[in-house]
Amino acid sequence: MAANSNYEKYKSNGTLLGGVLEWTDARFPLTSMWKAHLSEYYAPKNFNFWYFFGSLALLVLVIQVVTGIFLVMNYKPDGTLNAYGLPTAFASVEYIMREVSGGWLIRYLHSTGASAFFIVVYLHMFRGILYGSYRKPRELVWIFGVLIFLCLMAEAFMGYLLPWGQMSYWGAQVIINLFTAIPFVGPDLSLLIRGDYVVSDATLNRFFAFHVIAVPLVLIGLVVGHVLALHEVGSNNPDGVEIKKYKNEKGVPLDGIAFHPYYTIAHDLPAAVIFLFFFSAVVFFAPEGGGYFLEYNNFLPADSMKTPPHIAPVWYFTPFYSMLRAMVWNFFWIEAKLWGVVAMGGGVMILAFLPWLDRSPAKSIRYRGPIFKTLLTIFVIGFLILGYLGTKVPGYYFFGYTPAVGADNEIVFSPLNYLLSGDLIAQLFTVYYFLFFLTMPYWSKIDKCKPVPERVTFK
Amino acid sequence: MKSSVIKLLKRFAVVALLAPALAMASEGVHLDKAPVSNKQENLQHGAQLFVNYCLNCHGASAVRYNKLQEIGLSEQLITDNLLFTSEKIGDLMTVALTREDAEAWFGTVPPDLSLIARAKASESGTGADYLYTYLRSFYRDPARPTGWNNKIFANVGMPHALWDLQGVQTAREVTDEHGKNSIELVPPAKAGKLSAAEYDQSVADLVSFLVWIGEPVADQRKTIGYFVLIFLAGLYVLTHALGKNLWKDVTDPKKQP
Repeated sequence: MAANSNYEKYKSNGTLLGGVLEWTDARFPLTSMWKAHLSEYYAPKNFNFWYFFGSLALLVLVIQVVTGIFLVMNYKPDGTLNAYGLPTAFASVEYIMREVSGGWLIRYLHSTGASAFFIVVYLHMFRGILYGSYRKPRELVWIFGVLIFLCLMAEAFMGYLLPWGQMSYWGAQVIINLFTAIPFVGPDLSLLIRGDYVVSDATLNRFFAFHVIAVPLVLIGLVVGHVLALHEVGSNNPDGVEIKKYKNEKGVPLDGIAFHPYYTIAHDLPAAVIFLFFFSAVVFFAPEGGGYFLEYNNFLPADSMKTPPHIAPVWYFTPFYSMLRAMVWNFFWIEAKLWGVVAMGGGVMILAFLPWLDRSPAKSIRYRGPIFKTLLTIFVIGFLILGYLGTKVPGYYFFGYTPAVGADNEIVFSPLNYLLSGDLIAQLFTVYYFLFFLTMPYWSKIDKCKPVPERVTFK
Repeated sequence: MKSSVIKLLKRFAVVALLAPALAMASEGVHLDKAPVSNKQENLQHGAQLFVNYCLNCHGASAVRYNKLQEIGLSEQLITDNLLFTSEKIGDLMTVALTREDAEAWFGTVPPDLSLIARAKASESGTGADYLYTYLRSFYRDPARPTGWNNKIFANVGMPHALWDLQGVQTAREVTDEHGKNSIELVPPAKAGKLSAAEYDQSVADLVSFLVWIGEPVADQRKTIGYFVLIFLAGLYVLTHALGKNLWKDVTDPKKQP
């Protein structure tokens, strides 16, 4: 039978199972796909722990999809009040927590999964930056990744509205209002997103539709694209060298090993168990994550008449939320609010340009010079501090410092007033965040790199 | 080569761990530590207080009366002591008070208490600490419509529901050395039905009950958690051994291409 792939079709060994396989393989690219993506996909043999997070992200995606299906069976996207004066959506979450068998476990797996997803994805992205995994020829893999990250943020944001607690409601209110800052179409756009003049039942219903159908479909499509693009060009590695340069007579890279079983079973499976250990520790012993995974205020039902004194997004959005808040000046006749939105959106989108911003001769941090190492260290510290400050109220001071004030209660000029001001530090690191990327073409070129080896280092 | 990355990572890790700790700064009101108990006698006493003093205005509409069997009350005990009117044992703990009446009487609708112990947690303390402090901070204030005010919730809409147990606590304004005014509670001149210590214990029991209804599955969750962690630890040993065995193919020089 003529086949479209170069792989030899499966021949039955005479058993029933073999017969079924032969019949299927003649009509479906079963062995060719298995070989191309698993048993004959050759990955560099020098992967380290940073390479766990890709497969862990896939694991968390599966956890989220499966638990999500079971949650939808009992969740009701209804913002109207029930007979006891509680919003139906809010009450249905508690119904799941108390009256559905195992419902509490499903819900905690899903809520913890959301935070775990971001932890894993942030580390996965950081790995890409450490080893230059976005560099040619992997630009498209990286861009798919940035789109996945964007999709994940949309998915998390819309999902967070569904429990219909105070933070769900007011967080959505704040973020949707940001769209009004876009010139000309802004107010109409935010009205279109909300489906009402305030966040309401209409908003809840459309967010539910997006959260359970639209965004997951796009997300899974992008993940497939991410993996296909990766398997087309091959994986990078901690040395940032191309293993395809040296192949044996069969065309197998000398430094490559079969993804299955060496990475699937030997490398990723024990890592998945370790991940599940920590994941379960949170699910069973600290599902609220200290108020970071499930915000305390979200145990109060949404109330459009009571604005909470402090509205903070969930931790995974806080670095970008800090960037939004850091913009307080009207530059070039454009109001600060729009600059804030530009900073927040730009903070994510600028990542997509990384493949073209980085001009370093070496891909991996192992062979890159002191400029990169120093700037990256400050970048990571800055990003963490931005994240921390995003959970705090504006006007926050580090170490519980009370700013010195003058006679008229105005904050006066004093070094400590500036050094310990959360607002100023956030502005500083926001500027740094963008400068890190925008000046990269310059400093990545002049950095003193070490010679890159021809083959991977493997002990 | 590898060591430089590890050094860098160590530096990141140190910063990541230190940053929040260094920046920790707790503000807000001082809360007393609530002596929360999960003993059945305390929870049962809390349930009794809850049904008698709270469940007239506040509902706990996520909780069914028969759920109280989990804290050791029999169906008969619940029916005889905790169901007052036409409720059935499988009913939710709801109140007859309408939202309209509540707004007219208190200026606000009394919140449902199913999750109050989880909702009131903050940087200042757990939800239990908040409730324990709150229920012991009511004082007489003739300026308020209900005649009551609260030290940690100024101009609260709720009157002191437990006053006959505590007695009438009052307050006086004090000025500290920085010229800052604050309110200091004055213990009741004449104790209520309970002594000060008994009152604190009763509030603790009530708070323990509120913590329990906030997440009745909490104890079971932790018990299951230990088994899950032990299982995963065992699974790790197996998968690690499997992986190590398999990885020999990669490190064995004879098997290299």
